[in-house]
Amino acid sequence: MADRAGKIGLAEALGLGIAVLILGSAAMVGLRAESWALKPTDGSALRFTVMQAALSACISVAFAIPVARALFRRRFAGRRALIRLMAAPFVLPVIVAVLGIVTVFGRAGPLNAMFETIGLPQISIFGLQGVVLANVFFNLPLATRMLLHGWEAIPAERFRLAASLGMPPAAQLRHLEVPMLRALVPGIALVIFLICLASFAIALTLGGGPRASTIELAIYQALRFDFDLGRAALLASVQFLLCAGVTLLAARVSLPQAFGAGLGRRQQSFAPTGWRRGMDAAVLSAAVLLLALPMLAVVAKGLPGLAALPAGLGPAALRSVAVALSSAVLAVGVALVLALAQARRPRLWLELSAMLPLAASSLVLGTGLFLMLRPFVAPQTLALPVTMLVNAALTLPYLYRLLLPEARQLFQDYDALAASLGLTGIARLRYLTLPRLARPLGYGAGLAAALSMGDLGVIALFASDGGATLPLFVQRLMGSYRMEQAAAAALILVVLSYALFWAFDRIGSYYAEA
Amino acid sequence: MKTKLLAAGLATLATTAMAETPVLHVLTYDSFTAEWGPGPILKKGFEATCGCEVQFTTAGDGAAVLARLKLDGDKSEADVVVGLDTNLTAEAEPLFADIAAQPNTLPVPYADPKFVPFDWGYFAFVYDNTKLKTVPKTFEELAASNLKIVIEDPRSSTPGLGLLLWVKAAYGDKAEQVWHDLADNIVTVTPGWSEAYGMFLDGQADMVLSYTTSPAYHLIAESDASKSAAPFDEGHYMQIEVAGKTLTSKQPALADAFLAYLGSDEAQAALITTNWMYPAKTPAAGLPAGFETLIQPAKSLLMSAAEAQAARGPAIEEWQTALAK
Amino acid sequence: MLRLDHLTLRQDSFHLTADWQIDAGERVAVIGPSGAGKSTLLMAIAGFLAPDQGRILWQGRDLAGVGPGERPVSILFQDQNLFPHLTLAQNLGLGLSPTLRLTEAQREAVTEALARVGLAGMGARKPAQLSGGQQGRAALARALLRARPLLLLDEPFAALGPALKAEMLELLAEVAQVTGAGVLMVTHDPIDAQRFATKTVLVAEGVAAPPVETAALFAHPPATLRAYLGQ
Repeated sequence: MADRAGKIGLAEALGLGIAVLILGSAAMVGLRAESWALKPTDGSALRFTVMQAALSACISVAFAIPVARALFRRRFAGRRALIRLMAAPFVLPVIVAVLGIVTVFGRAGPLNAMFETIGLPQISIFGLQGVVLANVFFNLPLATRMLLHGWEAIPAERFRLAASLGMPPAAQLRHLEVPMLRALVPGIALVIFLICLASFAIALTLGGGPRASTIELAIYQALRFDFDLGRAALLASVQFLLCAGVTLLAARVSLPQAFGAGLGRRQQSFAPTGWRRGMDAAVLSAAVLLLALPMLAVVAKGLPGLAALPAGLGPAALRSVAVALSSAVLAVGVALVLALAQARRPRLWLELSAMLPLAASSLVLGTGLFLMLRPFVAPQTLALPVTMLVNAALTLPYLYRLLLPEARQLFQDYDALAASLGLTGIARLRYLTLPRLARPLGYGAGLAAALSMGDLGVIALFASDGGATLPLFVQRLMGSYRMEQAAAAALILVVLSYALFWAFDRIGSYYAEA
Repeated sequence: MKTKLLAAGLATLATTAMAETPVLHVLTYDSFTAEWGPGPILKKGFEATCGCEVQFTTAGDGAAVLARLKLDGDKSEADVVVGLDTNLTAEAEPLFADIAAQPNTLPVPYADPKFVPFDWGYFAFVYDNTKLKTVPKTFEELAASNLKIVIEDPRSSTPGLGLLLWVKAAYGDKAEQVWHDLADNIVTVTPGWSEAYGMFLDGQADMVLSYTTSPAYHLIAESDASKSAAPFDEGHYMQIEVAGKTLTSKQPALADAFLAYLGSDEAQAALITTNWMYPAKTPAAGLPAGFETLIQPAKSLLMSAAEAQAARGPAIEEWQTALAK
Repeated sequence: MLRLDHLTLRQDSFHLTADWQIDAGERVAVIGPSGAGKSTLLMAIAGFLAPDQGRILWQGRDLAGVGPGERPVSILFQDQNLFPHLTLAQNLGLGLSPTLRLTEAQREAVTEALARVGLAGMGARKPAQLSGGQQGRAALARALLRARPLLLLDEPFAALGPALKAEMLELLAEVAQVTGAGVLMVTHDPIDAQRFATKTVLVAEGVAAPPVETAALFAHPPATLRAYLGQ
């Protein structure tokens, strides 16, 4: 009993720490404000932000459901590779991916060339449609992977039962799959909505003009050009309230998942044949095309510059890998503690604080942290630790969302047995929690590492000479006309990010299957 | 034990050495200190004569440099700030000390008691001369054409703001109409210069807002003569990059020496082919071969720091109204 | 000796009272209609549900605040009695040491226990590779190793066939005898009760009645039991 109290204490402390980090930084910025006022254009920025995020979240999830279902019930050569590849878009640095998308779907791309030859009008990648397309490109894989986890969490026994009852696919959907979807979809849509809410670069680059104004851009403008700290803090609060509201809403509509445990037998699929097979093939092909073409474009652009890369690349890459590894470990640890505590005893404030970093404007976070730390230390000496901390905080919500359903399942299925055997503390972690959660933990750590690799960071204020990370290095190359070298360095960044992700994911799967 | 003593001794030596060598802290934008940027050359050059050590601290871009400085307040370690432009100096001015004026070869009269220019350029639309045959000569011709352009957002980037002030300086009250007419030419508005230029090179637009000196990079570094800047009859707006000495500097003499060094032939020559801008004072050897191919605007447009500061807010709102349809 | 002292359990609108005791080493069946609270009673004794009123005492000591793992009981649930990701040997080892740091002697004890329940040489297998009956045996083998003075069974063999179940009850009797443990076994099958338990607790209408001799109970069933038995 005492042990339980101890664990909850840790989760509470961490939850509080996150809240202090996120809200405290906004408060620090607010404290330095000289005036408090929003601009009339901030209203339309808010509207556009919400609209594009909502649209992107809905379309991503709606597309992800048939893709994940097809992946779940079909077995084909390259399926596992495809699932692993699914992570790649999400770990691409935004600016690299956007240029890849533009290359494929833009004016000079193959799609429009094809349209032209068959006499169709050209489509423009710029505007709301482009923003949504890019967001779907990034988030479809995330949603698909989360849903696939959900499908795999339905015990094989249920599908066997359904098959033995001769349930047609529609009935199977209603009785087995819809309950799982009802439990998972609101949370996944929420995460994607929140990601898109803060997708500053996408909305801005592909938005096509001032209509495509987001809150994050308004914050950027307030902080960097107007030096209007009050407005920045106000906008950060608006973003936070929006996020909190959506989180509360999702908590209301999410249903707890109760499938009971299977015996961990290998999943067998009972896939329908006929036209449904064709549908699945079509859905998977569409997803592969959408995801693979821009990535191929990134690779194709990067290859020519590989021969002549500047010397600083190596150290920058090493620095990035170190930051990514430490952020991943930190983020996974915190997410695990929070998810376990939440599975044991759900509390709204803990849920909110785990999701809070998604609402954080990285600029406000960076500025606030700077103001917090400035009185004590020279900011440039903290560039890497701050990057690590902030990256860990920013990836926490994904990991938390990923681990929560599995932690609940674990709690529901094995808590009583573990308690009756007196399995607690480190032993419980080692013999129950880690092995049962190995798969999502590995996947989550991979995701966190890759996201940290690609993050340009909130550290512009902390950066010192010689401390450049790989994304910053790419940015520098782009800023000096060296687009070919930048593309090559970006390719290396992508490969490293993906390698980290792949390694963690493999380790997780290995232990889950061992 | 021996190694410990040795280490202690070395540490003492090191601190003594550091105490004897004064350090000059230079705050600048990020790309300035890239290994291919001007930073490493200037550091080496100045350290050769000053008996000091130059330490760079970086913040993203010019605007971030100013933000960093303001946030640091009187705790700032920076002695010299390199990389603000004249659109930012009105805001930055209270944090800087008066310095000695330096001769320059700018095409416009420039005098500011606190900031010395170190390089400058003209904003211009850059295009591919192998693809584009009919080149617009004014904003109005551009607006009337079917050409697609990609520009930067004035709310997040220096060139974007430059374009805004360019149109304002050239058209005054008619600026809103110009933006209105340009709306259907604008493919997209990017957060920064890199994204815009990358999209242009990728073939997404016919023209991109950049500098008249951009073709020089392709010509000199890549032997590629296919990029040109379009001369506009209205004249071209200028960006002047400046440096200054902070009020809080603990090494005011060294700071003055560094600012003087920035104006030297050695530093100016290095800046041309690392920053790809015009030198504030043309070095004795002149400009590198290739620069003579660049267009020479008939008219230079520039708002004073105070004008630019006053014009910025209303101009952004006007731009937003004109394009938000 | 297990004593339920004026015990009241409450969960939402459900409530159950009990006020009786059983002696060490006694075999008691818990019988009654489904939903009457048989499992709830076991959960309370095992420490998963705190009493609303009253006390649960073991050898005169109040068990309030004692965690499930520290109570003098072993429990077998309806399912989830084995961790699917651990081998049989590990699952059994957890009965001896929750940290799985086993001495050589303990390792031997695990091997012996496996042999005793007819699973010799299967220590390296995972539960999914076993039949339902074998899984039940493994769970009993762990109870054997834990050797707690009270064994709680929440219908763990309900899914097994009659022959297999009879076999399990024999094994259970053997385990109880070897460890000297008392048994409190929830069942819905009167034959189980009659075959195995000397006494039976009837749970119905919010009351867990004091244990009475099984034979006597079934010879003169009260009205509630008659209703349950369909007589």
